[in-house]
Parts: sequence; C-alpha cells; structure tokens
Amino acid sequence: MEQGRATMLAPACSRLLAKFRLKPARNLECRSWASAAQAGLAHSKTWPRYKDVYKGRIMLQRLTRRVSGTTVSMWLIGLVILAVVAYGTYKTLALGKYSLANWTDLIIYGVAQGSVYALIALGYTLVYGILRMINFAHSEVFMSGPFIGYFVATSLDQAGFLDRQPVIGLAIVLLVAMLTSLTIAVLLERIAYRPLRRAPRLVPLITAIGASFFLQYTFRGLFGSGIKGYPEIEQLKGTWPLAGGVNILKTQVVVIVAAVIMLAGLYYFVQRTKTGKAMQAVSEDKDIAALMGIDVDHIIVVTFAVGGALAGAAGVLYVLLFRQVHFFMGFIPGIKAFTAAVLGGIGNVVGAMLGGLVLGIAESLFPNLVLDGLGIPAPYQLKDALAFILLVLILIFRPTGILGERLAAKKA
Amino acid sequence: MKHHKVLSIVTLAIVVGLFMAGCAPAPAAKPFVCTDPVGCVDIGPKEPIRIAYMMVVAGPDASLGTDTKRGAEIAIDDKKEILGHAIELIGEDSGCNAEGGQTAAQKLSADPKIVAINGTNCSSAARAAIPIMCKAGIAMVSPSNTAPDLTAPDRPAEYWCYLRTAHNDLVQGKAMAKFAWEKLGVKTAATVHDGSLYADKLQQVFADEFRRLGGTITAQEAVAPTDTDMKPMLTRVAATKPELIYYPIFIAAGGQITKQAKEVPGLENTYLAGADGMFSPDFLKAAGDAAKGMYHSSPDFSAFGAGYAEFLKKHEAKYGEKTLAPFHAHSYDAMMMIFAAIEKVAVKDADGTLHIGRKALADALFATKDFKGLTGNLTCNEYGDCADPKIAVYETFNADPASWNPGAGPENNPRKIWP
Repeated sequence: MEQGRATMLAPACSRLLAKFRLKPARNLECRSWASAAQAGLAHSKTWPRYKDVYKGRIMLQRLTRRVSGTTVSMWLIGLVILAVVAYGTYKTLALGKYSLANWTDLIIYGVAQGSVYALIALGYTLVYGILRMINFAHSEVFMSGPFIGYFVATSLDQAGFLDRQPVIGLAIVLLVAMLTSLTIAVLLERIAYRPLRRAPRLVPLITAIGASFFLQYTFRGLFGSGIKGYPEIEQLKGTWPLAGGVNILKTQVVVIVAAVIMLAGLYYFVQRTKTGKAMQAVSEDKDIAALMGIDVDHIIVVTFAVGGALAGAAGVLYVLLFRQVHFFMGFIPGIKAFTAAVLGGIGNVVGAMLGGLVLGIAESLFPNLVLDGLGIPAPYQLKDALAFILLVLILIFRPTGILGERLAAKKA
Repeated sequence: MKHHKVLSIVTLAIVVGLFMAGCAPAPAAKPFVCTDPVGCVDIGPKEPIRIAYMMVVAGPDASLGTDTKRGAEIAIDDKKEILGHAIELIGEDSGCNAEGGQTAAQKLSADPKIVAINGTNCSSAARAAIPIMCKAGIAMVSPSNTAPDLTAPDRPAEYWCYLRTAHNDLVQGKAMAKFAWEKLGVKTAATVHDGSLYADKLQQVFADEFRRLGGTITAQEAVAPTDTDMKPMLTRVAATKPELIYYPIFIAAGGQITKQAKEVPGLENTYLAGADGMFSPDFLKAAGDAAKGMYHSSPDFSAFGAGYAEFLKKHEAKYGEKTLAPFHAHSYDAMMMIFAAIEKVAVKDADGTLHIGRKALADALFATKDFKGLTGNLTCNEYGDCADPKIAVYETFNADPASWNPGAGPENNPRKIWP
C-alpha cells in the first residue's frame, strides 16, 4: 500500500514543481523522495505538511544558492561606499566651485591617461587569457620601449629632424620603441616563461617578478638612475580649441587618436584574422587547439609580441604626455594597468580597454568630484586610494570585472 | 721536615711572583677601560676609522645623495688621517623615504666598527633611521635634512645622537614667503606637497609666514611622489587663482608640475617656486624648457666661507663636473665636525689602538662651537641644529642642464636674485 502511494505521489510532486515553475531538473528530487517513500520512510500523513516544507525549502535554497552571508556584508559595504560617493558628488556639484570647462578638462586628462593604461592593460590581459599567468615583467616591457626610444628621439632632435618632420620623426621613435618592447617581451617568454610552462602556477609568477627586477636594474646599470627628459616637439606644443571654450592639448589629441587606432586594430586582429582566431582557440584550450593543428608555441610568442608592441607604443604615448623616462617609470603605470585589466575582466580584450578608460577617468575626476564635496583637503593625494576603491566596488558588484561574464561563460 | 716544606713553598711563591713581575711591560700603562655609558668603538692599530654615509645614491633623487657623498669624500681627502688612522667611508642607499631610511639604518647599526654616520638626505628617511641609530649609539650628522621636527625642542629623547649641518626649514620657508611677498609682490599663493615630512613641513612654514605677512593661501594641495599626471590637481589649484605656486618637493614630481603648470588653463602666467630638494641640474632635465623663470630657495653659496671656492676646484678636478645639488658643503662640514669630535674624545693606546666613547663623541659634537666650516660658523644647539643658515632665492634663466652653475654673478645660472 505504501508503495502504491509513493508511485502516486511522484507525479503529484512533479505537478507541484510545475506549479512553482521549478526547473525539470528538480524532478530528480521528486524521484528520490518517491524512492524514499517506497522504502517506507514517508508516511501518508506527512504529505500535506511536506508540501509546504518542500515549497519553503526550495525557495530558501534558491535564495541561499545566490546569496551567502559574505555576499550580503560585501553588498552592504559596497552600498555604503556608493552612498558616500553619491553624497560627495552631490555636495561638490552643489558648491559649484568648478565650471563645465573644468570638468571637461578633467575628463579629457582622464581619457588621455586612460588610453595609455588601456594599451598596457592589453598586454596583461592577452597573456593571462592564453597562459593564465600575470606577466609582472610587463611594466618593464613598457618602460624599455620609450627608454631606448629616448636615445633615438634626442639624436633626431639634435639633428633638427624632429622639428622639421615631426610625423616621420615620431613614427621612427614609435617604431623603435615598439620593436624594443616586442623584442624584450619575446625574449622574456623564451627565456623566463617557456621552460616553466608546465610548472606549478606560482613558479612563473615568481619568475615574472624576478625578470621585472632584472630588467629594471639592467636599465639602471646601463643608462643610470637619473631622470631623462624627452625632447618636446615644436608642432605639438599648445592647444586646439574644442567646442564650448574648452581647449584640448595637442599632445592629448595625438595620444587619444593613436590609442583608439591601435585598440581598434587589435580588436580586428583578435576577432577577424586567422592568427587572432588561433589565439582565441589556444586561450580556450591549449591541448585541443594543438590537436586541431595550431602551433601553440608560435601563438604564445605572437601573443607576447603583440602585447609587447602595444606596451612600447603605450610608452611612447606616455612620454608624449609626461616627457620623462627613468628606469623605474614602468612600475606605477604597470600596477595601474594591471588594475585596469582586472577592472575590465582579466582575459577579456574589450574589458581591458574599457577598464583602462574607466580607471584613467576615475583617477582624474573622482578626487575632485567625490572628495572635494566631503571636505577632504588635498584630495589628489588620495588618487590611488580612490582608484583601488573603485576596483573593490566593481569586484563586489561584479566579481568577474566589468566584462568578465562573457569570458567566464566561454571558459566554463 | 714540616718547616722545610713551608719554607720551600714560600720561596717558590716569591720566585714565581718576581718572575711574573719581571714579565709585565716595563712602563706599566693602565689597560683602557671603557667607561662610556653607551659603549666604545675600538680601532686596532692598522684599522681605519670607519664612517658611514646613509644617503640617496640611487633612483630619481640620486643627485642629492651623490652630491653629499662627494662632499664627504673630499673632506676625507683633505683630512687624510685622524691620530694616525686612515679614514674609511662605507655606506648604504637610504632612498628618499621612510622604508629606505629604516633598511639602511638596520644594516649599518649592525656594524660595531662604525664610529659615526653622515646622513640622511631626506627628512622622511631620517625620521625612520634616527631611533635605530641612536639605539645603537652611533652619532649621526645630517648634511641635508631640513624638516623642523628633527631638531625641534620637543623632539623625542631617542633623538639624542642626531645633529645636522643643514639649515632648518623654519628659515627656508620664511625666506621664500618673504621673497614672494616683498620682491614679487604677490598677494595670493598656493602650495603643493608630496606627503613627505620635508615637503609637508616646509609648505606649512611658507603658508604660515605668507599669511602672517598679509597674503592669502588659496589652496594647499598634495600629490604622491610617484605621480605623473599633475594636470587634474593643477586644474583644482587653477580654480583658486593663485599668483604663485610653491611646491617644495623632489625632482620627479616637481619636474612634472613645472611642465604641466604651463599646460593648464589659468596657470600660464603663475609664478612657480620650489626649494632646495630639486635645486639640481637633474631638475632641468626633468622639467625641460618650462624650468625657465622658476624660483628656488637654496643655501646662499655666495655667503659661504673662504674655503668654498677651493672646494669647488677640488670637486671639479675629482669628478669632472659641477656640483649636483646644494648640500655638498654641508656634507663636508659634517665630516669635518665628526673628525674634530673624534680627535677630541679618542683615547690612543701605546700600540696605536684607538678607543672612542660613543656618548662622549655625541657630546663632543653637540658641544661644537664657532666651528669654521665652508657653510659658515657652525654652533650646535642642544637640539642638534648646527647650521649657520643663509638662504637665497635663485632664478633659472637657462633650461639646459649643461649650463648649471648656481651663483650670484651675471654669468651664473641659476642666478641668485634675493636677498
């Protein structure tokens, strides 16, 4: 009799599931419940009560599956930070100390700085996408390009070539910088990373840090520890007028335009070309890609080369803005670009671009926008802290970064 | 029988006693006993007297440390020896921050042979290093720490071993404020510091004095020493419309502010002023053309003692270039002060071994009075301020680093324009 009841109850259970619009996979539990009933565990009188308990349990399960205690507290912290940010912004804007032109200026400064971050971040993200390792020596790849470019630039400047033919001169410096960074990135892969490809994950990470120190101090040993000032290009001095009485620095226009071209080029390369698709395949699964006839080692070298060349280009854009090189210059932009890559969703190319821009704008805009209203003196001292708070906020609300989900789905 | 035994033992004792007395050195000098409360350094007959530098000899501020290190080296060349002992200079890079100061101090304090320290360069490094050196009992004379805290009357007792030949920034900040108010005639000014002890205190002294004179401080901003993008901060400063921006920071960040101030709308004609921390040809490399017309406060070389011209000649002959920063002479004086103090307190054994009491050495340094140095007549007060401070304001006329030759003459660049 008990058996009969159980067989009768199983479809009832299914009907219940249908009523609560639960997924069919839940039927599994119905069946196990039914089999439990078969074993005589379920009593006929428990059924009506069980219906309610079951309904409640399922709902609770659905909730707790998504929300744990930690998540709740993280959300609370996030909301508090968000509230403080909103309050600060409101107060600053209500004070009205800064004109619209001021704000536009700040955003443009941020975009220029952010596009440099984006270019460096791509190097981190490409390598992470393929090797699942953080190439901490990338900041030195970034430094080496403009450092060697400096010697070319000064000699071109002394010959007067840079002022007569600024476009060609700049192109030469850019080419030299990109080639230097590319070479160093490729050598780095060949010497420091390839022999350790099958080693545990921490090993290449530590090698990367070692390689970073090695490169820094090699440059210091070869070229000294002083700051070297880049020559200024006469044609790039001054500003161009923009709508609404805002003037934009010529160097910033060049930097933003060049960065956009390179970002678009890279996007095309990864999405459309055969090599780019092979890179995606290797990033998906190295072994299967090799089975499909892709030369994985070659693709990894290409990835390092592309990342290196972009870092070299980013370096030249960086010195166009700031006109200084020294052996330690890569460290801070490197850390920032790494943050940008995580911010955008590490491993995701578009995410790195977006992360770089968001970080650049946040650094330039937020101290004034948020902290000024809160009455904090000298807010630009806290620029870095604010950038990292932004990172924390984004990781709370979107643990995979801004565009990380697509990657997660793809990798899953 | 019994008598015999006693007699022979007594005889033996007398003979042995006589024998031992004969063995002892004839002019029976007392062996040296260290009575110094902190301890003594013993320097063997052939050993050199070891003095350590703790300076920023690497990185973007290396010019500051290299400059003072050279001053110390020339002092050793001039002195040659103390009481028959050669002088040895060893050292550590202390960087220009607290971490560097701490690391260098930890390392040097472990060497019991070090008699005294010449350093640090940066006040932030000093603040971390002083307690460690004083705990080890090693006297420390800084050639270029200028932050007022380090020799303030309320400084902690654990700073007992620390003195400096550099000027106190109470003097430097006031000098710049006076120059801005009287000579430039500006009524409003903004300041920027980089969070370092030196810059923060110096801009505050300037701001207080400028306000006292009747001026308005429109903004007191700050950046990080590693920042490169100063334009957002400067946009903020520009909104307060100051006539002068005073940023007594270091070369890397200072160079960026100098460059970018010209690019921020509203600051095109604002006066720019800095201090001795970036008074170096390296600053011209970092700032480029924008350095033209900038003001720096720095020790007044034209008021230096008679020996300074000769020092510069030796410097040029030894290193083949002009001085790199303003504190070489202070470093030279610091070394000479240390040498004089060692001569005063060292006890020399017949075999040439030298004993130097650590507390006695520090006391001798603090007792320095009317010491004729390159930078003036040095007299140390009880808090360790020994300088004879003479501050001038210089203007840069030529941004070419090769033209660096600070002085008061019309051919000099940067040129002294005040007082």
